[in-house]
Amino acid sequence: MSKKLLAGPYLVWMVGFIIIPLALIVYYGLTDRNGIFTIANVASVAEPEHVKALWLSLLLSLVSTVVCLILAYPLAMILRNRGIGRGSFIVFIFILPMWMNFLLRTMAWQTLLEKNGVINGILSLLHLPNQNLINTAGAIILGMVYNFLPFMVLPIYNVLCKIDDDTINAARDLGANPVQTLLRIWFPLSVPGVISGITMVFVPALTTFVISNLLGGSKILLIGNVIEQEFTRGSNWHLGSGLSLVLMIFILISMAVIAKYDKNGEGSAF
Amino acid sequence: MSRLQRFLKRTWQDFYLVLILIFLYAPIATMIVLSFNSSKSRTQWGGFTLRWYMDMFSSRNIIAALHNTLLIALLSALIATVIGVTACIAINSMKSVPRAFVMGITNIPMLNADIVTGISLMLAFIAFGISLGFQTILISHITFNIPYVILSVMPKLKQTSRSTYEAAMDLGAGPVYAFFKVVFPDILPGVLSGFLLAFTMSLDDFIITHFTKGAGINTLSTLIYSEVRRGIRPSMYALSTVIFLAVLVLLIVTNFVPRRKEEK
Amino acid sequence: MSQPLINLKNITKSFDGTVVLDDLNLSVAENTFVTLLGPSGCGKTTTLRIIGGFESADKGQVIFDGEEISKLPPNKRQLNTVFQKYALFSHMNIAENIAFGLKIKGKSKAYIQDKIKYALKLVNLDGYENRSVSSLSGGQQQRIAIARAIVNEPRVLLLDEPLGALDLKLRQDMQYELIRLKNELGITFIYVTHDQEEALTMSDTIVVMNQGYIQQMGTPEQIYNEPENAFVADFIGESNIVSGTMIRDELVEIFGARFACVDKGFGNNQPVDVVIRPEDIDLVAPSDGTLTGVCTHLIFKGVHYEMEVTTPGGFEWLVHSTDMCPVGKEVGIHVDPFDIQIMNKPASEDEEAVGVNE
Repeated sequence: MSKKLLAGPYLVWMVGFIIIPLALIVYYGLTDRNGIFTIANVASVAEPEHVKALWLSLLLSLVSTVVCLILAYPLAMILRNRGIGRGSFIVFIFILPMWMNFLLRTMAWQTLLEKNGVINGILSLLHLPNQNLINTAGAIILGMVYNFLPFMVLPIYNVLCKIDDDTINAARDLGANPVQTLLRIWFPLSVPGVISGITMVFVPALTTFVISNLLGGSKILLIGNVIEQEFTRGSNWHLGSGLSLVLMIFILISMAVIAKYDKNGEGSAF
Repeated sequence: MSRLQRFLKRTWQDFYLVLILIFLYAPIATMIVLSFNSSKSRTQWGGFTLRWYMDMFSSRNIIAALHNTLLIALLSALIATVIGVTACIAINSMKSVPRAFVMGITNIPMLNADIVTGISLMLAFIAFGISLGFQTILISHITFNIPYVILSVMPKLKQTSRSTYEAAMDLGAGPVYAFFKVVFPDILPGVLSGFLLAFTMSLDDFIITHFTKGAGINTLSTLIYSEVRRGIRPSMYALSTVIFLAVLVLLIVTNFVPRRKEEK
Repeated sequence: MSQPLINLKNITKSFDGTVVLDDLNLSVAENTFVTLLGPSGCGKTTTLRIIGGFESADKGQVIFDGEEISKLPPNKRQLNTVFQKYALFSHMNIAENIAFGLKIKGKSKAYIQDKIKYALKLVNLDGYENRSVSSLSGGQQQRIAIARAIVNEPRVLLLDEPLGALDLKLRQDMQYELIRLKNELGITFIYVTHDQEEALTMSDTIVVMNQGYIQQMGTPEQIYNEPENAFVADFIGESNIVSGTMIRDELVEIFGARFACVDKGFGNNQPVDVVIRPEDIDLVAPSDGTLTGVCTHLIFKGVHYEMEVTTPGGFEWLVHSTDMCPVGKEVGIHVDPFDIQIMNKPASEDEEAVGVNE
């Protein structure tokens, strides 16, 4: 009985700092400055600038997620086959950048991609024309992939490690060539990790504003930027909350997708 | 598979690994090199200097931000660990419906976008009348840290055999004594990894801190953000190098030292 | 004699500098049940994996039906393997698991359906088509693994300690199942185990291995009754192994007493090893025995009494008998000449008896 009391502090905390804050967003999102109920904030997502920002966010985060997946899967496979023996030192090297500060990692790409940045500097040395790399959608995708790649690699790596060598041997024993083994055994068994990786990349990519600020300049506005600006520069918190509600719908959809594909909670980075 | 095929396969794999490694480390390496560049230019080498490091170490802003970051990380991780462990014990003895409910809410900060969490907390602080500053940053960090602690400790708690706890009671121990002498040592690895995870998440956080800090206070992340937007760079490079080295050393120590101990 | 189905020639294999297989030569005749028997690390699983194609030998050849298949990948060999931990595909149901090999071969749906039914019937799991892998017990999973392999009509079935994880009763049942399968299917079985009882029960031929090469190969009776060295004698069944002197053909001296035996060709006055199985020792009145001693231990084992009889000199003979001899009683030892097995002294450490009981 006393054990239930132990939950007390946490329950209070949960209500105070998770549930109430979310409720506040709902409140602000559905009311105007005078406290009257309105759909306007949420509906404003249909305004052209907002549609553009949302659409762009969806596009860029989708592209980044796909690129991460394409890069991460082979990497996870190679690490699985190599890393187990050496006490995962090799895995360690690939995960190390992840622990560097997120802002510094993004700033680093600024340094590389700018007009007088390192890449253009090297191009000049080779007498090649300078490229307009920064403040483009491409730069943002690059930044997203760079920041989130380890989050795609880890869950896939974990799930691949759980696949027993003999399962693969059995498939080959029964006549499957390497491609068939990949498609019929590796892929289906790695789905939980892939799904987990996708959500760990897609949601942060969709909602980022730092990456678009540092690498996109003020020219490229993502939905994260729009919301952030409403709260820091503008002061229309109602509008910002309304848009956040829309964003949360997308997040809920991805949560539902995980729940569907990963019933056992097998795909986890931890 | 023939020797030749195996060799080729391995070579392609190595090639891919190296490509990815270059991609991952090129930006970091660039910053490290530029941190010693006496010229502010990103392309001209002006000679070796430690000037930016001096600037960094003597900058009051940076030192203050570093101090805040470390203090908040430590405090929030500690408090989150205490609350999280007690929550785990309670959750473990709950029936499945309340348990699922509590675990569901626990997952919210982890699954939600940071921007939403940050904004919601800011609105809540203002609604509660708590002024934004060190205390609100701390509360926010504790809030997103607790789920990580719970997620690290729960599996260990489930694994712990109920019978060792009962054996202790059978031998005369009271519940609290039994817990600390028998259950706690068992879940300690989970507690430690939860603490470390919370500490790391707190160190790296930007978005939530950005919304809940108010004016006048900075963590490293928020300081870097404001400095970079103003175009101030070289001391930031020095800072990156220092952080990179610190992270490297820390990870080597935590990952490779305990293993040697186990091998003994 | 017809050509063996499988021929391993001069197979050598090392892992990380340790030699696991040392110039191994083995031939397997078609339609036989061959067991590779030996302690952990003797190389039996490695041999099986080389036959299956999951490892390649550093030196030597694998010849299947007259053709060399050493470089052929596993999916192109006409063998199928049953793995130790079953290796069922957890993301597929039972029917899909069994159908896997057939789908790869492009068989028609109707053919596959029939085959699945047939295979499930063969392993006594009718109707399990739509079950999931996780819903089956260990024994059932094992049978599905067998069904999945045999449905492809391989000429050889390789089994890697498949019964290791099952409890005793289930293991015994499965042993009979495997013999029945072998007779019904008429294919060659190559079976790997460290359990000598399994080997004796199921095999046509036993290959005893230690330290990477073959110690002895023969029928179960040959291996059991006529072990060629101390290792084999000790590994299979329980035995009394003593040093003796071969006086001349058909006469051996042990602890000063002379026993008539049936072995020849070991020379005159040569030191040899003598093996006598516990169940072959008759306890008689002291005056009727070739050796006399005192009973020092008695345990009732249900099937027989287990006794230890110590003879002057200190050797403790292990005796299994349905007759009881109380502790402390003087008793005589008599052994039928046919039951005394003479072996050469071990030529190397590998041939010595292993002290540990499995």
